[in-house]
Amino acid sequence: MFEILFISTINGVLYGMLLFLMASGLTVIFSMMGVLNLAHASFYMLGAFFGFEITLHMGFWAGLVFAPLIVAGIGMVVERYGLRHVHRHGHVAELLFTFGLTFVIQEVVEMVWGKLPVDYRVPASLDFSAFTVFATTYPAFKIFALLVSVVIFLALLMVIRRTRIGLIVQAALSHPDMVGMLGHNVDRVFMLVFGVGVALAAVAGVIAGPVLVTQSNMAGLLGPILFVVVVVGGLGSLGGAFVASLLIGLVQTYAVAFNISLADVFGSSPLSGDVAFYLDDLWNVTVAQVAPILPYLLLVLILIFRPRGLMGTNNR
Amino acid sequence: MSQKTDMKIPALPSDKRSSFLARFGIWIVAAIVLAGLPYVFSSGLAVSTMCMMGTMIIFALSYNMLLGQTGLLSFGHAVFFGLGGFLTAWAMNAVAGTSSPVPLFLFPIMGGFTGLVFGIIFGAVSTKRSGTAFAMITLGIAELVSSSALILRHFFGGEEGITLDRTDMVQVLGLSFGPQIQVYYLIAVWCLISVAAMYAITCTPFGRICNAVRDNPERVRFIGYNTQTVRFMAFSLSGLFAGIGGGLAAINFEIMNSAQMGVGESGAVILMTYIGGIGNFAGPIIGAIVVTYLQLMLSDVTDVWQLYFGLLFIGMVMYAPRGLAGLLALQQPLLQTRQLHHVAPYYILALLPGLVAISGLSMVIEMTYQLAVKTAAGPAMVFFYIPFNANSPLPWIIAVILFAVGTWLFLRAARLAGDAYSQALAWRKLP
Amino acid sequence: MTQTKTPVPALRLSGLEKSFGPMKIIRGIDLDIPAGERHAVIGPNGAGKSTLFHLISGHYQPSGGSVRLHGDDITGIPPQLIARRGLSRSFQVTNLFPQLTVWENVRCATLWALGHKYSFWRNVERLADARQRTEEILREINLIERWNMPAGVLAYAEQRALEIGLAIASNANTLLLDEPMAGMSHGETEHMVELIRKVSENRTLLMIEHDMGVVFDLADRISVLVYGEVIASDTPERIKANASVQQAYLGTEVA
Repeated sequence: MFEILFISTINGVLYGMLLFLMASGLTVIFSMMGVLNLAHASFYMLGAFFGFEITLHMGFWAGLVFAPLIVAGIGMVVERYGLRHVHRHGHVAELLFTFGLTFVIQEVVEMVWGKLPVDYRVPASLDFSAFTVFATTYPAFKIFALLVSVVIFLALLMVIRRTRIGLIVQAALSHPDMVGMLGHNVDRVFMLVFGVGVALAAVAGVIAGPVLVTQSNMAGLLGPILFVVVVVGGLGSLGGAFVASLLIGLVQTYAVAFNISLADVFGSSPLSGDVAFYLDDLWNVTVAQVAPILPYLLLVLILIFRPRGLMGTNNR
Repeated sequence: MSQKTDMKIPALPSDKRSSFLARFGIWIVAAIVLAGLPYVFSSGLAVSTMCMMGTMIIFALSYNMLLGQTGLLSFGHAVFFGLGGFLTAWAMNAVAGTSSPVPLFLFPIMGGFTGLVFGIIFGAVSTKRSGTAFAMITLGIAELVSSSALILRHFFGGEEGITLDRTDMVQVLGLSFGPQIQVYYLIAVWCLISVAAMYAITCTPFGRICNAVRDNPERVRFIGYNTQTVRFMAFSLSGLFAGIGGGLAAINFEIMNSAQMGVGESGAVILMTYIGGIGNFAGPIIGAIVVTYLQLMLSDVTDVWQLYFGLLFIGMVMYAPRGLAGLLALQQPLLQTRQLHHVAPYYILALLPGLVAISGLSMVIEMTYQLAVKTAAGPAMVFFYIPFNANSPLPWIIAVILFAVGTWLFLRAARLAGDAYSQALAWRKLP
Repeated sequence: MTQTKTPVPALRLSGLEKSFGPMKIIRGIDLDIPAGERHAVIGPNGAGKSTLFHLISGHYQPSGGSVRLHGDDITGIPPQLIARRGLSRSFQVTNLFPQLTVWENVRCATLWALGHKYSFWRNVERLADARQRTEEILREINLIERWNMPAGVLAYAEQRALEIGLAIASNANTLLLDEPMAGMSHGETEHMVELIRKVSENRTLLMIEHDMGVVFDLADRISVLVYGEVIASDTPERIKANASVQQAYLGTEVA
């Protein structure tokens, strides 16, 4: 029992940190530009596929460096020649633009790499077990992934606390309406923030790719959870995004670990007749099977009891 | 501010009932057109295509009650379409073969009722917020419902879905609804009723307040309205009509699948509605017809048709945010002043290089697809009836040249067309 | 029965306060505005005038104190409920429905008070009362020639007039106008003063205005707001003569 709990906790924190890598970029972009980048998970997917492709030719470490840089470049082009242009048509158009982007990126990925999973492997240098708890070994790569996300998290904190750009980002987080008054180079800042934001998502993609499955549907699987994270945390709140990332990461991994159903606990269904026939599914479903819908249940519950999200302040 | 007193006031709106023809003329024409269409497009494929278009018209218009009328961007509208379809299917299976006297053409009501009930339930949660948060909540609810559908296998039939038999109902007036043409008329009647009802709603106090909420939600509160109530009502009513569409889809295909209420289907209705045009009541109708047709046509020609849709959609968002209907509406003042013939040649001038650019782009796409995914087929391929080898550099060079030159010429021609357009309009303004 | 000698004021603010974090913007305002009075609020920039309006109209929640409209406590209730009780307002920054026509703008503002509410079964074009009221208001604000133009394309002064039209459309008995003359030329201001004089007949008017000529011309009484406090509230003549007002405000702006 302790073993499952321990492993699940590390897995949950790792998953949560990966979510936060993405949610942080998403939140900063949202606070500064007022656009929730619906294609954020698509940039995560691009990160994974570029990471895979570069790993094939130049090794994993080159992939870890270059894939995010390439994605940052693509992100900046998208901001400069797409999003900025759409801005004058209003918020709905901006959201729809990024929505259209998810379509296009998904299709391009399928066009180049196909619909089947690609063989993105853990690099040999990290392919050993870090430690053994009771009888379970824990892979070193996961510990590495956790370290990378923690290091980036700390680096991000430093940048936000200590640099000029960081000051602007801070100002944007606390007073989103004031961004327009930041001066004439605000366009450049936007482009940079968008580039860095999607690059963070790409880093998450490069390190998550070998652990999860690198496939053209990975953006579609993760995207909605990511948006749950930012809404549950409170749109535009970095702290909220952090708490919500870990919360959802842990909840989902624990749920997967506890493979029990109501039937296991209470015995066979007490109901009979027609009703029982349809509720049978509900009665026999295991917690693990419910795991995929838990984030959305959490979202609905949060909305009922705290419509602004955990740490949301500005209602927009 | 001080205008001359003799300045003409455009005739003010009247509250008198307008003439019978003015009120119902367009609907009578629509009914005649719907009745006559199967005689013009009589092939089996055409009739079943029109059946799909009919359900999609209802679906897209119901979506526009949110997006275009109230300014609410939902990513989960297919939930109501799908649930409406499933409940219709279950209701039909429940009475199938029995002597229950409910004829087939009443079952879409079940779909509409389901859509309304779930619209009320999910609307109560999602319309607490507006803007981006609302959009994300609808996405969450869509995921919640489509994931739950895979758990509740008895009800939603798992991956296979559930089937139904529309001919197994009590038959009124000898209508068995076996032949597709009978289904066409069933859909046509429901389509006409739904479209008219949705149009009528736009002309009510509620409909106008929806528009006000779209334009400036904060201000609406200061004229006495609760914006959350307005959003909630719009959400529930659009669920009702989406449910009718779903019920008709179930009857049409005789199968419901949980994919039909997934995020993909919700995305499809956004594409349809937006490409057609959200600023105009007829926009989503045009969108449903054009996109359904393109879907069927393109999926025959190419495997990556969804990429073309994505690109078309992004192009519309960037350059034609009012959609096809918006582009058509731009021509109206030209038609009124009989200036269209001055501008139309420029449209053709822009269209030709545009097509060249598109063919260049699509050549790149198809060659990439051939080399990357269809590796088993080898590099030999056919594009526009021309066979060539995708591995040799020549076709790539040709494709890039087509795209670059086409784009450049298109941009130039488009500017000329824009100039011609404003000139033609300025003509009208001269005293 | 003895209460009836002093009639209930249209608007009564008692100890009204508003803080944003540590900053106190409104520091305890007590003010009675009798029914039918034209009352102006003046004060330097940043004194909290617009914030005060936001508190009264329900846009912001007060941090303390109360607002009473004809004796009823309306403190902190949502703006739509306040609007339904007959308090209507305009905004400092033009705040219209830009895609709707001038006609639709005004008609939307008439609908609630006429009892049409959320009706989705009646044809709005056939509501005779809404049509009449809309036409009346458009004639009153002199925008009848523009009725079928989208509000977003009107000239600035016309948009300001429409802003007033939206405020009076519900036939509210208490009117809050936030800098109705802001950004207008001299000629336009004269028209606006006449318009406000006309629409404030039989109504209680509370307005924020910077133009002292307008204020002394229109107002029955004036309150001077400085740093979130009312330092004086009196007739125009006495305000002119008031030494502390001279010192705090008028001395620097009015020669």
